[in-house]
Amino acid sequence: MSVLREKLENSNDVVFTAEFPSVDGGGMASVERNAARLAPWFDAVNATDNPAAHAHTSNTTTAIAMKMYGLEPIMQIVCRDKNRLAIQSDMMGASLHGITNLSLLTGDDVTAGDEPEARRVFDIDSAQAINIARIMGEGKYLSGRAINPAPDFYLGAVENAAAPPFDYRIQRALKKYRAGARFLQLQICYHPDRLEAFCKGVAEIAPDLKLIPTLVLVKGAKGLGFMNDKVPGIDVPASTLARVQRASDPSVEVNKLTLELARHALTLPGVRGLHITDFRHDDTLDSFMNDLGRTPKR
Amino acid sequence: MLKKLLPFVEHALKAPVWDCRMCGQCVLHSTGMTCPMTCPKTLRNGPCGGVRENGHCEVIPEMQCIWVKAYDRTISLPLPKVWKEHYNELRPPVDMQLQGTSSWINLVTKRDQQVPDGWSVQGSEH
Repeated sequence: MSVLREKLENSNDVVFTAEFPSVDGGGMASVERNAARLAPWFDAVNATDNPAAHAHTSNTTTAIAMKMYGLEPIMQIVCRDKNRLAIQSDMMGASLHGITNLSLLTGDDVTAGDEPEARRVFDIDSAQAINIARIMGEGKYLSGRAINPAPDFYLGAVENAAAPPFDYRIQRALKKYRAGARFLQLQICYHPDRLEAFCKGVAEIAPDLKLIPTLVLVKGAKGLGFMNDKVPGIDVPASTLARVQRASDPSVEVNKLTLELARHALTLPGVRGLHITDFRHDDTLDSFMNDLGRTPKR
Repeated sequence: MLKKLLPFVEHALKAPVWDCRMCGQCVLHSTGMTCPMTCPKTLRNGPCGGVRENGHCEVIPEMQCIWVKAYDRTISLPLPKVWKEHYNELRPPVDMQLQGTSSWINLVTKRDQQVPDGWSVQGSEH
């Protein structure tokens, strides 16, 4: 059984997940290096699927490589680049290599990436993808053709608690839950009030849906501004941005802010862990985890 | 004859009002009379996570997110209760074989309710 599933379903442990850096050359040595950096802190790590609509080493092969270096993958599949046949074959490919954690999401549009002229696929949407994965886990493809034995999947999804229409986000999360998602990695959120309302709303109706809010480690005001301006669906309140900009040391202030958001998120109903994205590649991750009271494994 | 004529009539009527894309499996009634096929990602089950702070589309910034619109209209329009209740159902993947055909015919023949043999939906209420 995957560590992620074991911890989320059979313990009360807080789980920590992260984003594996995209692989663009550098070979297995780069995978090994990043795996070694992340392994002490995280229970499972996302193998992304062309994040931000940029082409990289594929989700499945990255997940396989991570596994080789002892990191438990959560394999993401986005709906932007593949039709329903390719998505099902991604899932079976994952299963073939013993990858059971899947996270299914819509994906940023092609226009968010560096090849905006590409054809967008979106043959199915994320809720349908989750439902299809659940059906496969019960032993058949979407067509009804048997899969014997059925693949063993632990299904996750993503939701953005802070994007309009706010009230509806809870219902949409529950739709994914009913389709088969057992955990939700939530989009980066700089509105603690919105995150709180979302978690409360979800926990009320689906207390066993595990919520994992995301924090991002950025360098300072510039990084925050980038989040606000360039990342689809992320809004940084002007007052939050100003707080970091006006600080005597924006780098220290932004870390303080992230820590506050993390501690707040962990108090919310339904929240079972945190997902960390790290764009810094320095020692911030270690100090951030230490500040959260975590101790590294090994 | 009717099979050839109706798609033209349907498109002529629905395109000016709803920007109909002739998917042949109309769900307007369940989406606050807002066509999900006009979403650049053609999402049938609600908004993606890219909706802007002002409720506009990630892909086309000047356009209101069709799912923001659908949600508002589902609440505000005087639509039949049963239609409103359908808003949150899990809609199956689009059947690409129906593209360009008349959803009216497909409704009458129930062709628009055919789903792949493997498709199933877990209890609609938790």
